[in-house]
Amino acid sequence: MQKFTTFTDTAIPLAIENIDTDQIIPARFLKATDRKGFGDNVFRDWRFNSDNTPNKDFILNNERYGGEILVTGHNFGCGSSREHAAWALAGYPFKVIISSFFADIFKGNALNNGLLPIEVSPAFLASLLNAVTENPATQITINLEDQTISSTVGVESFEIDGYKKLCLLNGYDDIDFLISKKEQIEAFEASL
Amino acid sequence: MGKTLFDKVWDAHVVDKIPNGPQVLYIDKHLIHEVTSPQAFAALAERNIPIARPDKIVATADHNTPTLNQHLPIKDPLSRSQLEQLTENCKKNNITLYGLGHQYNGIVHVMAPELGFTQPGMTIVCGDSHTSTHGAFGSIAFGIGTSQVAQVFASQCLLLDKPKKMRITVNGSLKKGVAPKDVILYIIAQLGTNSGTGYFCEYAGDVFKNMSMEGRMTVCNMSIEMGARGGMIAPDQTTFDYVRGRKFAPSGAEFDEKVAYWNTLATDDDAVFDQEYEFDASDIAPMITYGTNPGMGIRIHENIPSHDDASFKKSLAYMDFEAGDSLLETPINYVFIGSCTNARIEDFRVVASYVKGKQKAPHVHAWLVPGSQEVVKQIEQEGLNDVFAEAGFTLRQPGCSACLAMNDDKIPAGEYCVSTSNRNFEGRQGQGARTILASPLMAAATAIAGKLIDVTKQLN
Repeated sequence: MQKFTTFTDTAIPLAIENIDTDQIIPARFLKATDRKGFGDNVFRDWRFNSDNTPNKDFILNNERYGGEILVTGHNFGCGSSREHAAWALAGYPFKVIISSFFADIFKGNALNNGLLPIEVSPAFLASLLNAVTENPATQITINLEDQTISSTVGVESFEIDGYKKLCLLNGYDDIDFLISKKEQIEAFEASL
Repeated sequence: MGKTLFDKVWDAHVVDKIPNGPQVLYIDKHLIHEVTSPQAFAALAERNIPIARPDKIVATADHNTPTLNQHLPIKDPLSRSQLEQLTENCKKNNITLYGLGHQYNGIVHVMAPELGFTQPGMTIVCGDSHTSTHGAFGSIAFGIGTSQVAQVFASQCLLLDKPKKMRITVNGSLKKGVAPKDVILYIIAQLGTNSGTGYFCEYAGDVFKNMSMEGRMTVCNMSIEMGARGGMIAPDQTTFDYVRGRKFAPSGAEFDEKVAYWNTLATDDDAVFDQEYEFDASDIAPMITYGTNPGMGIRIHENIPSHDDASFKKSLAYMDFEAGDSLLETPINYVFIGSCTNARIEDFRVVASYVKGKQKAPHVHAWLVPGSQEVVKQIEQEGLNDVFAEAGFTLRQPGCSACLAMNDDKIPAGEYCVSTSNRNFEGRQGQGARTILASPLMAAATAIAGKLIDVTKQLN
C-alpha cells in the first residue's frame, strides 16, 4: 500500500446522500478476478447514458470540476460489502472521500486500499460542498499526521483509528500485522 | 455489570487487544463465494503466504450462477472464468467447495445454516454484507471486504474495533399476514438506513422469541440495511431444534455439551446497551418500499410521504412515484421470490399456501428462485412444485439471481418488480429497474392480482 501523509488538490462535489455501493460499481462489473480496471466503471450508470455516451449532466463529466478528492453526501458507501467499490474509486483515481458519514464496511475497505475516508461535521460538509461547487479551483488540504482538513471555508480536525493511521502513514497493512501474531493465534486455537 | 449476548460471544474470541487500537478476533467459520474471493487468493499467492486454516473455510458458487440449465456450460466467459477460478483456488488450497450442481450448493446464507455449519456462539464471516443472516443463531456474523477475506485466509483472525451494542425490542403479537420481512422493513423505515452503523444489533422480545429460525434469518439478514454490521437473536429451544441433526452440526453428547454452553449466551438482565429501541407488534402491517433505499418503506395502506430534499426527490423520480401517492392498485409486471433474505423452505410454503387453487395474472413474469438445492429437494418432497405449476409459476434453480442481477436474471429498465430481496437501490435488479421490496406473501399476492394489493384483505 502507498504511504499517505499530506495531500492537496481540487475536488469534485457530488451532493447526493445515501450513495450505495451498487451506484459506485454496479454488480455486472464484479466479474473480474483481479483488482484492475474498476475505475473505468465507477458510478457507471450515472456517468453514462444507456447508449454508453457520457451523461453530460453528471458532475464527473463536467469539465469545470476535477481533482482526486470527492466531496459527497451523508451515509456514503452503504449497501454491499464489495471492496470493488473502493477499488473503483481508488482507480478513477480518487485519494480522498469527504462526507459527513460513511457506512461501516465501505470505510474499512477504503482504508485497506489507501483511500482516505474523512468524516467532517454536517456544517463543514455543507460549506465545503458550496465552496467547491461555486469555485472549482478551491483547494483542499488533508494532513493525516495532524488529522486536519483545511480549505477556504476553514479548518476542521477529523477522527481516524490510531492503528489505521499508522498503517496509512507507513504504507503497511493488516496482513503483515496479523502474521506477526501467529504464535499467539496458534496458542489461542489450542485453547479452544 | 452483566454482559450482552454480543459481549459474551465477542469476548470468547479475542486473541489480543492492541493498546489504543483494534482487537484481534478469532474466526470460527469463513464462508467464501466466487465474487469476493479471487483477489484475496491472489493477494496471498503474490506474497507467498499459505492459507492458515483451510478446514474452517466452506465455499459455494451463488452470485454469478445461472438459474436455468445449470448442467450446461456457462455462456458468459467472465462468469465462467470466475467460477473456474473458485474451483481451482479451492482445489489448490484444500478448501471444501459446493459448486454448481452439487447437492449442497446454494446461496451461501441459505446453505450454511441448512447444513449445520452455522451454530450459536460462533464468529462467522464472509465477503458479503448479508452474512448478518447467521446472527439468527446467536452467532457474531458479519460481512467483510476482500482485503479482510485475505486477512482471514492468512491468519484465521481479523483486526477489528469492537462495535457498539444496540437492542431492538418488539413485544406483542403480529397481525395475520404480517411476516418477519415486514417486521424488519418496518424497523428500518422507522430508524433509517444508517441508524445501525457502528453497532451490532440484538433483536429481543415476544415477536422474535415466537419466530421460526427462517424468520429470524430474514430479520438478521437485513440488519445491514440499517447500517448495522450484524444482528443477533439469543439462542433458545427453537435454535437448538433447528441445529440438531444437521449434517455438520455436533451430535450426541457433544451436542448436549454445546447446548449447555449455548444456554449461557443470552444477554444478562443487568447488561447495558449503547442504544435501545422498542416497538409494538400491533403497529406493524405488510410493508412495501417506494424509494431507492430499504428505509423508504410504508405500510401497504399508507401513502408515500413528502420530504423537501434533493436526494428524496431524486429517488421518487427514479421510481416514477409522487409524494402522496398510494401504491395500491399499481400494476406490476415482475415478481421475484428469492434471495438470501427470503428463499428458504418456509418462504415457499407461504407462497404455495397462498397461490394454491389460484392463477398467476397472465401479464406477470414471476421468478421463483429457491435458495439452495436442499430447498429444491424439500419443495419437491412436499409437492409444492405441483402447486406452483398448477398456479402458473415455474421454479428456477438456486442462486442469488435477480437480487443483484449479476447473472442473466435482470428486470428490464422502467419495470417495477415486487421483490422479496433486500435492496431496492437504483439499478440493483438491472439497469433502470424499479424494485419494490416486500414479503413472500405480498409478492405472491402481487403475482396473482397483477398489481399491488393489501394482502390482509384476502385473508380470512
